[in-house]
Amino acid sequence: MILRGEVLIDGKAEGPLFRLGKPISFWGGVDPMTGRIIDPRHPDHGATVARTVLTLTETIGSSSSSAVMLELLSKGLAPCALLMGRPDAILTLGVVVAREIGIGSIPVLQVDVTRIPRAGNATIVEGGEISFAD
Amino acid sequence: MELTAYEQSIAGGASGEAAAMAMRIVAEAGRLLGAPHLIEIASVHVDGCLYHGDSGVYFAEKLVAEGGKVKVPTTLNVGALDLLHPERVRGDAHFRDMARRLMDAHLTLGCAQGFTCAPYQTGHRPALGEQVAWGESNAVAFANSVLGARTNRYGDFLDICAAIVGRAPYCGLHLDCNRRAQAVVSTDQISPELKHMDAFYPVLGAWLGATFGEAVAVVDGLPLHQSEDRLKAVGAGAASTGAVGLFHIAGVTPEAPTVSAVCDINQAERVPLTLEAVRATRDRLSTVSGDQIDAVAVGSPHFSLSEFSELATVARGRRFKIPFFACTGRDVIRALEGTEDRATLDVAGLTFVADTCVVVAPILPETGGVLMTNSAKFAHYGPANTGFDVIYGSLSDCVESAVAGRVIRDETLWR
Repeated sequence: MILRGEVLIDGKAEGPLFRLGKPISFWGGVDPMTGRIIDPRHPDHGATVARTVLTLTETIGSSSSSAVMLELLSKGLAPCALLMGRPDAILTLGVVVAREIGIGSIPVLQVDVTRIPRAGNATIVEGGEISFAD
Repeated sequence: MELTAYEQSIAGGASGEAAAMAMRIVAEAGRLLGAPHLIEIASVHVDGCLYHGDSGVYFAEKLVAEGGKVKVPTTLNVGALDLLHPERVRGDAHFRDMARRLMDAHLTLGCAQGFTCAPYQTGHRPALGEQVAWGESNAVAFANSVLGARTNRYGDFLDICAAIVGRAPYCGLHLDCNRRAQAVVSTDQISPELKHMDAFYPVLGAWLGATFGEAVAVVDGLPLHQSEDRLKAVGAGAASTGAVGLFHIAGVTPEAPTVSAVCDINQAERVPLTLEAVRATRDRLSTVSGDQIDAVAVGSPHFSLSEFSELATVARGRRFKIPFFACTGRDVIRALEGTEDRATLDVAGLTFVADTCVVVAPILPETGGVLMTNSAKFAHYGPANTGFDVIYGSLSDCVESAVAGRVIRDETLWR
């Protein structure tokens, strides 16, 4: 299956799909030192976002989540791509800043998240095309 | 996304590389959000001086090194250190050094040194309808909802960049049309007694956030005289469990003199708040039951003078058996100096925390255990950030429990 996302930040990536069981605040929800989900009340508690193609319906919670995203990017523990149900100026901004200060970047696409498989692998190419494999 | 000729010249480096980088980041955020252009803003509250890792420090220091200065009045949210009581926060030399460097970099950029998440209670109060750019989710909710100023939820980096260029993307809650309520919450099922209890309001906030995500709702049927402390508790709860940037309370908040002033009654979704939902939300704010308690923390958002006064009233002549922390801004600490309330709280054994808080910095006892709080925000973020289990209770529950050394909660009004 191939989908086209709307490009918020262009780039290419490949990695395992990880669709969050419910929205999370990266600040307080994801450990910037490890990439693990540390909110014990979150259904994905204990899982890692590192190097995944992370699907989020929406972003919630603290505006410090941009800083957590920047720190994850600087440590190589960020998702390798974000597929977002709606654009946000918090997580994506962490990516923008990473690019500005030369840490690197990841693709961020706006997609219809209901069409994203829950498991398997995704490959994203420049221009926003996403292909899926089991 | 169109920049004016002036904005383009700034982005091109006409005012130096810091302003150029800041303008590029603000413009990029505008593009991401689908804003047609930027608007001038009157003030900024910056959430970016809390240390989350070295990369944020390098970013702030890059702005300093390139000659950045804020262009509009700008206040600072908490840092990771208590600069008034340096011994409060544990942490190795690297952590302390980097946390301090981040706070200092923001001061060098020209931000005022309030270091508080309740800047609106220490003098930073934008006017009704004023366009601003604020970070820190509770402060955003308060600025929009209680003051009627207009801001989106600005995250770290975007806030300081907006301050340096005096601009923000024109979209979201900056526009009239997005400030209307899409849902009306009726509260007839909630008893007047519960509605007159402070401890109801953080729970109401947590329920609003969990129910509406980032949608705007207007709550109907609440008492018309609400303290700002209650309203800040609603916003803090709503912005923790959801992405609420604006809520209205009919007859209370400035844009909602009535329900119909702020929504189309025929189109808005009607959502009743049930007592069951209130109880379930309150229960979700606790991760354990039982009577073990190891510490108490209040002051998220930072305690105000009036909250200290209430705490002193309940704690007068009593002594806490377990550590009891109250987090606040340095301006409030200064205002408390020499007062009877301060003396009362010192005798009771209260630990004052300034410039930071127990959920963002390693302050709570290393032993871990159970933390009681009257704050939905502490209750929401406490377990992940501190490793403590949490129990939610009223301010008076917190005091009674701290004095007894075991959990005491008055359940009557929640029944």
